[in-house]
Amino acid sequence: MTIIEETSSVPTPRSGDSDTTPLLEVRDLHVEFHTRDGVAKAVNGVNYSVSSGETLAVLGESGSGKSVTAQAIMGILDMPPGSIPQGQILYRGQDMLTMSYEERRKIRGRKIAMIFQDALSSLNPVLSVGYQLGEMYRVHEGLSRKAAKAKAIELMERVNIPAAKARVNDYPHQFSGGMRQRIMIAMALALEPDLIIADEPTTALDVTVQAQVMDLLADLQREFNMGLILITHDLGVVADVADKIAVMYAGRIVETAPVHELYKRPAHPYTRGLLDSIPRLDQKGQELYAIKGLPPNLLKIPAGCAFNPRCPKAQDICRTDVPVLDPVTEQDGTELPGRGSACHFWKETIHG
Amino acid sequence: MPDVIKTKTDATTDALAPPAAGAPESAADGHKSQGKPRSLWGDAWYDLRHRPMFWISSILLLFLIVVAAFPGLFTSVDPRDGDLTNHFLTKPELGSFFQPDWFGYDGQGRSIYARVVYGTRASILVGVGVTAAVTIIGGLLGMLAGYFGGWLDSIISRITDIFFGIPFLLGAMVVLNAFTERKVYVVIFALAFLGWTSICRVMRSSVITAKQADYVTAARALGAGTKRILFRHVLPNAMAPTIVVATIALGGYISAEATLSFLGLGLADPTISWGIDIAQGSKDIRDNPHALFFPAGMLSLTVFAFIMLGDAVRDALDPKLR
Repeated sequence: MTIIEETSSVPTPRSGDSDTTPLLEVRDLHVEFHTRDGVAKAVNGVNYSVSSGETLAVLGESGSGKSVTAQAIMGILDMPPGSIPQGQILYRGQDMLTMSYEERRKIRGRKIAMIFQDALSSLNPVLSVGYQLGEMYRVHEGLSRKAAKAKAIELMERVNIPAAKARVNDYPHQFSGGMRQRIMIAMALALEPDLIIADEPTTALDVTVQAQVMDLLADLQREFNMGLILITHDLGVVADVADKIAVMYAGRIVETAPVHELYKRPAHPYTRGLLDSIPRLDQKGQELYAIKGLPPNLLKIPAGCAFNPRCPKAQDICRTDVPVLDPVTEQDGTELPGRGSACHFWKETIHG
Repeated sequence: MPDVIKTKTDATTDALAPPAAGAPESAADGHKSQGKPRSLWGDAWYDLRHRPMFWISSILLLFLIVVAAFPGLFTSVDPRDGDLTNHFLTKPELGSFFQPDWFGYDGQGRSIYARVVYGTRASILVGVGVTAAVTIIGGLLGMLAGYFGGWLDSIISRITDIFFGIPFLLGAMVVLNAFTERKVYVVIFALAFLGWTSICRVMRSSVITAKQADYVTAARALGAGTKRILFRHVLPNAMAPTIVVATIALGGYISAEATLSFLGLGLADPTISWGIDIAQGSKDIRDNPHALFFPAGMLSLTVFAFIMLGDAVRDALDPKLR
């Protein structure tokens, strides 16, 4: 824990970011995929926002739409079959969905960068890592080959790759998994973007390296005062890095909360189910809880609350009415800032 | 609940307490011992260097290229200089094995050795020229079709299908008949006009595979433009199969030229080509087989060398065969 405390005491926030508009705001985003079997509604009205220096964790099962939302933000959705029938993605107040291709391309990499899950397949096997890191500078800033390589070495040192100078001409397959993910991070970081989207950055890594990579990401975020959207299904990863959490289910956000609030008092049965399925030392020997059933088929999402077939608290209303994301309050009515739950029975869930 | 998670993170962060994290990893990489970094192409070159087949074919081809470029170095005899007193003359005595006229003379009394030497240029030019043209045309069309897909792909693919349906030699004959001249570049044009389809198909399919790779999405997410994605990220990863097909096909183009010349449709006198000599030699094969044997032998040797090279390149580039 010592490391984290040390670094957090020396933040160097960027100046001039004091305006109140969030860095990135997603408003009522819908994404559909037109398949042979019908229209798969992957994202159904997602709202979230991130400010500078803030970490938003987007949590959810596979198929909950968390990665698709990120792809829509980056503009790397395959369209067709994908399409965005409605919604806005505002970067510093500007809607990126209405921008021209060139305008968006200039934001990608320079202002918003992305870290991918599988670093090996996300690095080009025929180009050296030095070339690929340097490419960022050459494309966006027009640096010479030589200057770009020097920058690449600098970047590799910054993400703690030992012997960076000797390894700059190596190819991706010559690095270990953790080192490759560091290179991916370095690439995303190259132009000091305002926002980084990390799509399950540690899923392909083993547990010890996971922690190193997460710490590195958190340190760099603090250093540059970047916004970070962390997409994951690992509640453990989220706990000490994120500021706030958005839980997604079937293309909707079902609960939002500041990170520790969520762990302490979940306000949605789905979140509660997720937390209960973490193995705990004090429950050794007992059967591990699991949420019953399967994630919904996106071609035919259940009527009402999408979670109702799996929910232990489901009532008749859950099968007919889609719950909206209500602000969550204390029992006496005092507001809990940043908290919301899309459950008809959030009161019972959080206070019961 | 939070306690559980806390303990987990505590343990993991302690495990990497020295901030020079990653040092054990670099040792595991064992980087220092293996020297120079190797890419796909580096690996392929390493593999090629250790194949005798590659060296044999390369030396053979280098020799043939030198012959094609400087035929004057190998003979001082004029290949067009016919002396009818030498009509089908042979000197098969063993003693004159290293003498140029050991090859003998053809029906018009021209030195077969000189003709074989001077004929090399046409064959090599046609082979290399057709391969280059086919790779550029087919490669470019295949790349565009594979990368952009949609209607462009449909149009290019249908055109490919149409050309694919035309029998290669028959089509080349038709094209050649449209020309009055019988120069090397005309033959190159005729063969390339019909030969680009297979390269186009190979390129299209490998580009489709390469463009779906994660690193292409990653490059796009980091702001690379279409041109850069296409030429830096897709093309280098899609080129290997095309190179293999092109090298192996090269030998086939040389023999196609000989076939056309043999049929009287390709090159014609006064151009010197193995195909022409094979056609003339075959007329009197019973009594004077040597007039056929030498040009045909050289042709086989050249085609063999190119195909062998193509095989070696394929083995080196195909990771599944390692």
